[in-house]
Amino acid sequence: MEDRPFSDISYRKFLDEDKLMGSKCKKCGQVYVPPRHFCYECFSEDMEWLEMKGEGELAAYTCIYVGPAFMIEQGYDRKNPYCTGVVKLAEGPRIVGRIEGVDVSKPESIKIGTAMTAEFLHVGEGEDVRSFLAFKPV
Amino acid sequence: MSKKRKLGRGVAIVGAGMSNFGMFPDKDSKDLFAEAYAEALSSVDKGFDPKDIEAVWIGNFSNDFFVHQAHWGPIIADVAALAPKAVTRTEGACASSTLAMRDGLMAIASGMYDIVLVGGVEEMSKCTTEEVTEGLALATSPYEGQSGYTFPGVFGALATAYFDAYGAGREHLMNITIKSHENAPLNPKAQFKQTIKDLMDAKKARAEKKGKPVPEWKDEKEALWDPSFNPPVAWPMHLYDCCPISDGASCLLLVAEELAKGFTDDPIYIVGYGQGSGRGLHACPSLTSFEANKNAAKEAYGLSGLSPKDIQFAEVHDCFSIAELIHVEDLGFFEAGEGYKAIAEGATRRDGPMPINTSGGLKCKGHPVGATGTAQMFEVWKQLRGEAGERQIPGKDLYIGASQNLGGTGGTCTFSIFERR
Repeated sequence: MEDRPFSDISYRKFLDEDKLMGSKCKKCGQVYVPPRHFCYECFSEDMEWLEMKGEGELAAYTCIYVGPAFMIEQGYDRKNPYCTGVVKLAEGPRIVGRIEGVDVSKPESIKIGTAMTAEFLHVGEGEDVRSFLAFKPV
Repeated sequence: MSKKRKLGRGVAIVGAGMSNFGMFPDKDSKDLFAEAYAEALSSVDKGFDPKDIEAVWIGNFSNDFFVHQAHWGPIIADVAALAPKAVTRTEGACASSTLAMRDGLMAIASGMYDIVLVGGVEEMSKCTTEEVTEGLALATSPYEGQSGYTFPGVFGALATAYFDAYGAGREHLMNITIKSHENAPLNPKAQFKQTIKDLMDAKKARAEKKGKPVPEWKDEKEALWDPSFNPPVAWPMHLYDCCPISDGASCLLLVAEELAKGFTDDPIYIVGYGQGSGRGLHACPSLTSFEANKNAAKEAYGLSGLSPKDIQFAEVHDCFSIAELIHVEDLGFFEAGEGYKAIAEGATRRDGPMPINTSGGLKCKGHPVGATGTAQMFEVWKQLRGEAGERQIPGKDLYIGASQNLGGTGGTCTFSIFERR
């Protein structure tokens, strides 16, 4: 099994490898994505890695017209907004991620409860590549 | 069973001050704090000797980022000519100055000090809108930032969850915006003093002057639906759902209860205080409520022995319209999912049964983030003492008011309850 630390750094490295990983408390079974050091339910720090299937449903979303610098660099602005959201995973936890494959010009047409599947975006090249978790409708 | 809590001794506000809020290219944080502090000193009915202040707490979120200067505690103590007295800077994003008040409250209640100055300051307008968006986004949860969320984006997502859960829509949030813009013209310190109707007329006049087609909106909501008047920022949050970028400062003089009547016959007592922390969108228990609010409310009601029914009016943290709606439900003023209906019926208007944000709220009064918490308390102080002028809540003998302050995207929430005896 994986022996990486249950950290945000590990979580992001897994995204580089097209894996959505969480931690499962070995004591009480609670699942966390991203991984956690301590369990909220039983305060145990005895965790194991668990790979998510990447399936879930849309729980909330927003279409952003004024984004942060790194999104502007990716070509998004008032004329080209992007969608980001919250997805409730089949395994139980929620996770935030970009929402692709929806009509951002008609935000009202995007429906909470839509079945979603994960995809992994890799932006940039070589050493500078950054990975982003995204979801698209099934 | 949670233990019944009680302050070691009571604490009262005997003076309060607030600078004008707005965008002031010719004023810096020191000038703004001086303006608030001078008003606080002169507001003490029986006079106040600044030499009696024993310690200072000052809230500031991110002047480090906004004006490239950190370590604001001693700078502000020096503005007030209080060095070498102890000063501490508090940071809780947009709730920074409420945390300053909390520390002052605890210090007096503990017996460590008798008389303290608490307040906050923020200087944001020297940055571009893009820089401020970036600076504020530093206070989202790390996962949200990486997913492209901005501040309005997080609140936009909460709004879609609320709409879906309870059947509300943008038209309901517009009621909050219209109400804030009705209160603000009555507040001389507010950043935006125009009603939505005033702003519509101004836009029509500009179009006419330029020889362009003059918009024909039948009412405020029709204008707010029009993207040329109210463009999207982070759908469903549009421009008029969002508070502005502001500069400003505010402060309060706190004293031990037994000393209060030496300063004024009409002190305002801090009878309840609560605070909570919250996780990001991925981990919070609900997308239609702030867990930090619930904890803050439980603590504050517990400490005061009061219930939501006892609160006669409140200032709540309407950084975005949806936030005001969630807060009034989280604090128990309305049932979950019922707030938007009550607001539509005018319940939170100045002349309604539960006035909210008589100051114009963050939306219109302005939101210099580190100054907001104690500025909300400034409004409660004014209302409770019957000194709110034209915006005084009509037809009520006010004795219990409250203020709710949110930091980040719900990472910090506070709830403070004040009493006039």
